[in-house]
Amino acid sequence: MMESLAISLVNAVPVLSGVPLWTITLLIMVMVAAVVLTFALTYSGLATYVERKVAGDIQARVGPNRVGPVGILQFLADGIKLLLKEDIIPAKADRFLFVLAPYLVFVGSFAAFVVVPFGVGLIASDLNIGIYYVMAITSLVVVGVMLAGWSSNNKWALLGGMRAAAQIVSYEIPVGMALLPAVLIAGSLSLQDIVRSQGGLFGIFGWNLFHNPFTFLSFFLYYVAALAETNRTPFDIPEAESELVSGYHVEYSGIRFAFFFLAEYGDMFVVSALATACFLGGWHVPFLDAEALPALWGNLFSLGVFLGKTLSLVVLMMWIRWTLPRLRVDQLMRVAWKYLVPLTFFNLLGVSLWLLLFHGKGIPQMIASLFG
Amino acid sequence: MEPILFIVFGAIAVGGAIMVVTRRHPMSSALFLILTLFAVAALFVLRQAHFLAAIQVIVYAGAVVVLFIFVIMLINVPENKLPLERLTGFRFLGIMVAGLFILEAALVARRFATPGTPTADSGSVEAVGRALFTDYLLAFEVTSVLLLAAVIGAIALAKKRI
Repeated sequence: MMESLAISLVNAVPVLSGVPLWTITLLIMVMVAAVVLTFALTYSGLATYVERKVAGDIQARVGPNRVGPVGILQFLADGIKLLLKEDIIPAKADRFLFVLAPYLVFVGSFAAFVVVPFGVGLIASDLNIGIYYVMAITSLVVVGVMLAGWSSNNKWALLGGMRAAAQIVSYEIPVGMALLPAVLIAGSLSLQDIVRSQGGLFGIFGWNLFHNPFTFLSFFLYYVAALAETNRTPFDIPEAESELVSGYHVEYSGIRFAFFFLAEYGDMFVVSALATACFLGGWHVPFLDAEALPALWGNLFSLGVFLGKTLSLVVLMMWIRWTLPRLRVDQLMRVAWKYLVPLTFFNLLGVSLWLLLFHGKGIPQMIASLFG
Repeated sequence: MEPILFIVFGAIAVGGAIMVVTRRHPMSSALFLILTLFAVAALFVLRQAHFLAAIQVIVYAGAVVVLFIFVIMLINVPENKLPLERLTGFRFLGIMVAGLFILEAALVARRFATPGTPTADSGSVEAVGRALFTDYLLAFEVTSVLLLAAVIGAIALAKKRI
């Protein structure tokens, strides 16, 4: 994709024809990556502010309100504070791994942004294995979290790291299984194709959420399991501040701590974006087809719709965090292995049977065909 | 471009594998194993087998090695109590087996010196699925039975009362 972009760029600007093609391709890749990373970091910063505001609202207090209008620049102040803080590496820590761990978590979380289908044609790299790429690259996060816990040489951090590893590995299974119905319906692993398969029928009844009862359940199973994979309350056992101080990143300070913090918000976005793309129709909205709009407007409109849906799911996660109490470790594992895993397998079987019996048609499509 | 990348990732994979067996601390070994697995996944990508690359990372780097690290963390042997391994008979045997394996791999590589150029969909989900459920169905099913036996065995060993 990047290469074809480079070729069309060379054709448009003849001055560039002397430059080797792969340098231009590489430059475009770097630029696209920079744009995606800038977006991701700005989003993460603002999300920390929104989280604090939501927390404030739910606890009947004001929340940050000093820096900038209604405190919206709070995240910049926090960022500067974290940058200027002293960087402490514990004396007995494994220095190399201690330094490496936050980068692994950060990379694993933000590399997933590459395949998020932000809108019509707005995807950094439309991999044909999109969903599996996300699951593969986010496995770096587990490794990073475990290394952080182990290399700190601190019992709380070690416990937090082990809990996190057990939790993420367990919940990876229901997450993957709950996403597969969308893959089955679209017949493709590419997120862009999955979103396209949900168009038509007034823009809302084409969504996989309403395709059949199994996919409806699948969305909720995915959201719950994904919540656990991002280590957020009610599944934040790895951090559980009342028992583990703050879990695997207890020894981190300054900018290294910020990496963990930002990665958590990056994870939330990726998880919500996957839910939006696989079940909530991506950029499709009722009565307006973004792909039929003039080029630039279509792109911008679809971007707005996609971000609207995704960020709503992110705010829902914050809402859940400040409302529900935390599960116990044994309850957490029971939820994963005794309920979520069997249910998602059952769902997968149900969706497969449905597609086989009704030739891939969903309930809305069948109702629509009744009326000709 | 592709041959250069092949050499780079191949070198990382081999170098990582050597580090896995030579490091003293098990944690370093596990991490180098992850590096090797990622490099092999990159080699898969170079051969257009994107699906295999993703599965490689999900299953091995994301699950198997994570369990290794989990065990290493649970046991958590202090640095000064790690056993110092010497060159024993087993090691000589291991080196001999490794040599035999390299010889075998070289022979196979010679036989398929010019592999077919992969097309865009030769490594796709559809192609892999079709191959698994037609040509290699028996091997596929036998492997799944083997895995099932391993799972039952693990439970039988770990649980005192069933």
